[in-house]
Amino acid sequence: MSRIGVFTCHCGENIGATVDCVKVAEMCKDIPGVVHSVEYKYMCSDPGQRQMQEAIKEHKLDGVVVAACSPRMHEPTFRRAAGDAGINPYMCEMANLREHCSWVHEKGEATTQKAADLIRVLVEKVKHNEPLHPIKVPVTRTAMVIGGGVGGIQVALDIANGGHKVVLVEKSPSIGGHMSQLSETFPTLDCSQCILTPRMVEAAQHPNITLMTYSEVEKVDGFIGNFKVTVRKKARKLDEHLCTGCGLCIQKCPNKKISDEFNEGLGTRTAIYVPFPQAVPNKPVIDTLNCTYYKTGKCKVCEKMCPTNAIRFDQEDELVTLDIGAIVLATGFKLMKTDAFPEYGYGKHKDIIDGMQFERLASASGPTSGVMKRPSDGRSPETVVFIACSGSRDRAKGVPYCSKICCMYTAKHAMLYKHKVHSGKAYVFYMDIRAAGKDYDEFVRRAIEEDEVKYIRGRVSKIYEEDGKLIVMGADTLMGGEPVVIKADMVVLATAVQSNDRSEELAQTLHVSYDSYGFFAEAHPKLRPVETNTAGIFLAGACQAPRDIPETVAQASGAAAKVVGLFSNEELTREPIVAVVNRQAAPVYSTCVGCFICQGACPYQAIEQEEIMARSGEVIMTLARINPGLCQGCGTCVATCRTKAIDLQGFSNEQLYAELMTL
Amino acid sequence: MRVLRVPCTGRIDYMMVLKALHKGADGVIVSGCHPNDCHYTSGNYHARRRWMVFKKMMEVMGVDMRRITFSWVSAAEGARWAQLVNEVTDQVRALGPYTEFRQVIGAGIE
Ligand SMILES: Cc1cc2nc3c(=O)[nH]c(=O)nc-3n(C[C@H](O)[C@H](O)[C@H](O)COP(=O)(O)OP(=O)(O)OC[C@H]3O[C@@H](n4cnc5c(N)ncnc54)[C@H](O)[C@@H]3O)c2cc1C
Ligand code: SF4
Ligand code: SF4
Repeated sequence: MSRIGVFTCHCGENIGATVDCVKVAEMCKDIPGVVHSVEYKYMCSDPGQRQMQEAIKEHKLDGVVVAACSPRMHEPTFRRAAGDAGINPYMCEMANLREHCSWVHEKGEATTQKAADLIRVLVEKVKHNEPLHPIKVPVTRTAMVIGGGVGGIQVALDIANGGHKVVLVEKSPSIGGHMSQLSETFPTLDCSQCILTPRMVEAAQHPNITLMTYSEVEKVDGFIGNFKVTVRKKARKLDEHLCTGCGLCIQKCPNKKISDEFNEGLGTRTAIYVPFPQAVPNKPVIDTLNCTYYKTGKCKVCEKMCPTNAIRFDQEDELVTLDIGAIVLATGFKLMKTDAFPEYGYGKHKDIIDGMQFERLASASGPTSGVMKRPSDGRSPETVVFIACSGSRDRAKGVPYCSKICCMYTAKHAMLYKHKVHSGKAYVFYMDIRAAGKDYDEFVRRAIEEDEVKYIRGRVSKIYEEDGKLIVMGADTLMGGEPVVIKADMVVLATAVQSNDRSEELAQTLHVSYDSYGFFAEAHPKLRPVETNTAGIFLAGACQAPRDIPETVAQASGAAAKVVGLFSNEELTREPIVAVVNRQAAPVYSTCVGCFICQGACPYQAIEQEEIMARSGEVIMTLARINPGLCQGCGTCVATCRTKAIDLQGFSNEQLYAELMTL
Repeated sequence: MRVLRVPCTGRIDYMMVLKALHKGADGVIVSGCHPNDCHYTSGNYHARRRWMVFKKMMEVMGVDMRRITFSWVSAAEGARWAQLVNEVTDQVRALGPYTEFRQVIGAGIE
């Protein structure tokens, strides 16, 4: 006969305001097997836990139901407390009175009744619980960081400085991400490259960091501490060990008119190229789509020029499989393109550009060497209009959220423009100015007060071209919606920050969740912001939501701390929620008939074949056996097995049917 | 509405659904991660395959399939989950208690 204790928590007002906890505790006393039932304001508090532990000893309890919040919040707390009081931790279960009852129902008799019912179900489960023991699995102390922007670089450096190996996977030919394209950065206006390139070099030279640029993750198997990641190293068409980065090939490549991604289409590059002068690694790649040799079968000028014979036209992509203990996603974001705006001419006007294009125009390493020239005719723009919230906070564009960085970089852009064209006029159309950050509001004030940028609160409804000018038609909502018309030479749209193309695909490869906009989802919006729901996979930077550099770097260090914490143990303790194939005495041995349908169903290849031998050494039968180190406890095999030979510890048939019978 | 916690839709033996209807539930929702982003890699594919067979069989047996809803809702879709639960509870309420099941079919599955 079970001796079960029920502990009902008010969770302050969270449960207490809707559920009559005193009555629930009273009702639970009548459940068969329950020998003790009390309620308390905060069960998770120290006195709450102590009360439970004392009751376990005093009433010789062999099972516990804590009726409180979601087991996702406090299951570890109460299991640990129960364990400390001398019973097996897995004899403790939680009934979720908060998320499943008080938060979703009105106060009343029926709600209190439901709360008691939920407890009744869990009491039945506990009656069928078995003591379980945690499983130890080894940890591979090598981390993989996916994405080599400022976020990924920071994660890699922090983990590497913590003494662990890191593989940094970047899909483009160089690390650096968006930050390497920026001219100067808010709120200090320091040169972006000057603060980023030392970090890039440090990452490249760090003995604990292996860079895999021009590479993408193709497949991820395994689980926390024991991932197997397959990376596709795309063919650079070049032997990286031989290449010295002298750049002769680039100088001589005849194909010079290719639109340059790094300069956002405002400049050109060759078919063999490094994306920018400070690229890390400083090794070119051949763009096979545009290379004359791949198009016509003739050219090979680069091969002839290369002093070290490093060019390899026949090089193929290479697949590499690595053992990895933890993964950090830092794949960043993309900007909405100007062609998404019919009202602003679908991106047809060369002088309507996006924020990143402006960064390139303002950058000393950009196509104009930092001199303000508008793209259409190279003239210095005398009037420039900046439009914040272009696409952001706009349901019709599918982006209801705030992109967070545009208010700040728009102020920066207007300021940079005024510093370069002193006589110029800068106008900013905005909805609200969101400048909540250290020294942020002061920065915007500086743009308005010192650099005399004219801020107009209102939207721009239309832009069209007339006599070489862009006619910007807007409204000033602070002047009662009065129409404003500005004849501009150039317009900069602060377009929305969006999740990267194919981010959903990557999420699916890694089995992490993502939100409806394709940003990766954190495990808890407040308390676990750098973890995903998948153990061992973490997040940093703008792949999770729009972020600026300070936030990205802070989050990156947070994710690195998590990884270093994980790697501080040689072994991981895992929940013993694993499947078991039953074993019985000879001559039956098991109800498993050896069909191995379960083997095909298991997503983790955890099911092995065990040969049962007679004393003579002869194989009598082959049965399924589950490797507890590999099993993740999904239970798919349990539902697949036709003879019900498999059961899942913690969610056994007995437990689940006992719960069902009490519903 | 009562929630029975399982690790993965892959763990669900559809016998459980029948048992729930038999024990007095008037409708059942089976829900878990979307195909392709199963928390356990691919358990939900097996759940889906079994569901297709189960559904056909139930239709043949004359079980009212408005009583059983299969729906993908991820852990990041709180609002979608709330909407689903409201829709299904409204529908099941409109249908009323599922006594036929318990009279006719339920007798067989003790
Ligand atoms: C116009 C503009 C101006 C800005 N100005 C400022 C400023 O002044 N100050 C400031 O604080 N912030 C500024 N920002 C914000 C800043 O750019 C971001 O905060 C920062 O770049 C985020 O870093 P990240 O590493 O998360 O992402 P990213 O910089 O986007 O880097 C992501 C990296 O991951 C790589 N990647 C993507 N997908 C994969 C994949 N599947 N596999 C491998 N690698 C992948 C990408 O190639 C890239 O290198 C500005 C942004 C814009 C658009
Ligand atoms: S499915 Fe069941 S019977 Fe078949 S091999 Fe697996 S455990 Fe044995
Ligand atoms: S519960 Fe079964 S199917 Fe799931 S991981 Fe474990 S052995 Fe594989």
